[in-house]
Amino acid sequence: MVYLEQLITSFIASAAFGILFNAPRESLFKCGLSGMLGWMVYFGLTYQGYGAVLGTLAAAFFIALVSQMFAKFYKMPIIIFSVAGIIPLVPGGLAYDTMRNIVENDYTTAVALGVKALMISGAIAVGLVFSEVINHVFRRQGAIPRKAGS
Amino acid sequence: MENRDKTHEIMDACLLAGKIMLQSGAETYRVEDTMRRMAFALGIQQTHSYVTPTGIMFSSEDVRPEMTRLIRISDRTTDLKKVALVNDVSRRISGGQIGLSEAVRQLKEIESASLMPPFLVQLLAAALASGCFAIMFLGSWEDFVPAAIAGGAGYSSMMLFHRMIPVKFFAEFSASVIVGLCSYFFVSIGLGNELDKIIIGAVMPLVPGLLITNAVRDLMAGHLVSGLSKGAEAFLTAFAIGSGIAAVLSFL
Repeated sequence: MVYLEQLITSFIASAAFGILFNAPRESLFKCGLSGMLGWMVYFGLTYQGYGAVLGTLAAAFFIALVSQMFAKFYKMPIIIFSVAGIIPLVPGGLAYDTMRNIVENDYTTAVALGVKALMISGAIAVGLVFSEVINHVFRRQGAIPRKAGS
Repeated sequence: MENRDKTHEIMDACLLAGKIMLQSGAETYRVEDTMRRMAFALGIQQTHSYVTPTGIMFSSEDVRPEMTRLIRISDRTTDLKKVALVNDVSRRISGGQIGLSEAVRQLKEIESASLMPPFLVQLLAAALASGCFAIMFLGSWEDFVPAAIAGGAGYSSMMLFHRMIPVKFFAEFSASVIVGLCSYFFVSIGLGNELDKIIIGAVMPLVPGLLITNAVRDLMAGHLVSGLSKGAEAFLTAFAIGSGIAAVLSFL
């Protein structure tokens, strides 16, 4: 039940972010899809007790992978698909808790939470980079125009 | 001399494409790549470009002395549709389907067009996203409506403040203050259970997601200056949101 709830809300939220970023209308569904898949990876892992950092890493990796496939298949820039998917992973809740503890003068908790938020941001970065690396390995075409001389 | 004029025209087209892309939130690497591909397809073999979030330098090595142009980018928004459209134009130039004059015409059309969805649609999208996020962060369904309203209010007030006072930090700060106040109001009248979940859901539309993603991609692609400055911009936004919420919480 909780999975179904998450499935639907994450799809709607990612597609809505596609609208806010004015992604082309025909790609909104794919934005929602990449966001939904990424969020389910994250949610599944954290719900099973694997920790938010690992969950974020896996989800970011997965989102980038899916977005790359979409980008290649539909011949559109990759950010159209990846941005909407990454948004749910951004540690907004942790950053909020950090701020709240700072306001309440509980700096020790605030620092601990802040470091965790930082780790999660790092995990997003590493996940994105990993899948980029894999993409490069599998597709060793340089950035030089392919039809040189034409 | 004719050659120089032609080069000048081609560089104009490339810079226009680069400018639109950068203003619409494309990654630095994509801007540089697009400009080089376009220049190559239109007949300039050797180009160098240096792209930062606030300006583009572009030089051509084909004619002597080398020609270098510089344009300044002052305001940046997020408009992925324009990025996709310019990308499309550049693809067609590389494929030889359209020539220079047609490309310039299309680019000018893209530049002047306002493609953002109507304000009401944006507002609804922001509200819907906020409500969904409250559920995604394991809030209860009672928190959906308050989060949606607070999120919509926050997003629209950010647009409004940004139009009145063009200081991004201020707009984001005031928007998150409004989010905080709305959420507190709803909880105190008994609508919605958890203040935390409502606030977290409602600030999500303000979160600098595109900047974070682009900052990482730029840094990894070796565009250190752009990556760091985009990261700084993202941090500033996050700080504005955080301090806005903190300001409200400290009064409660």
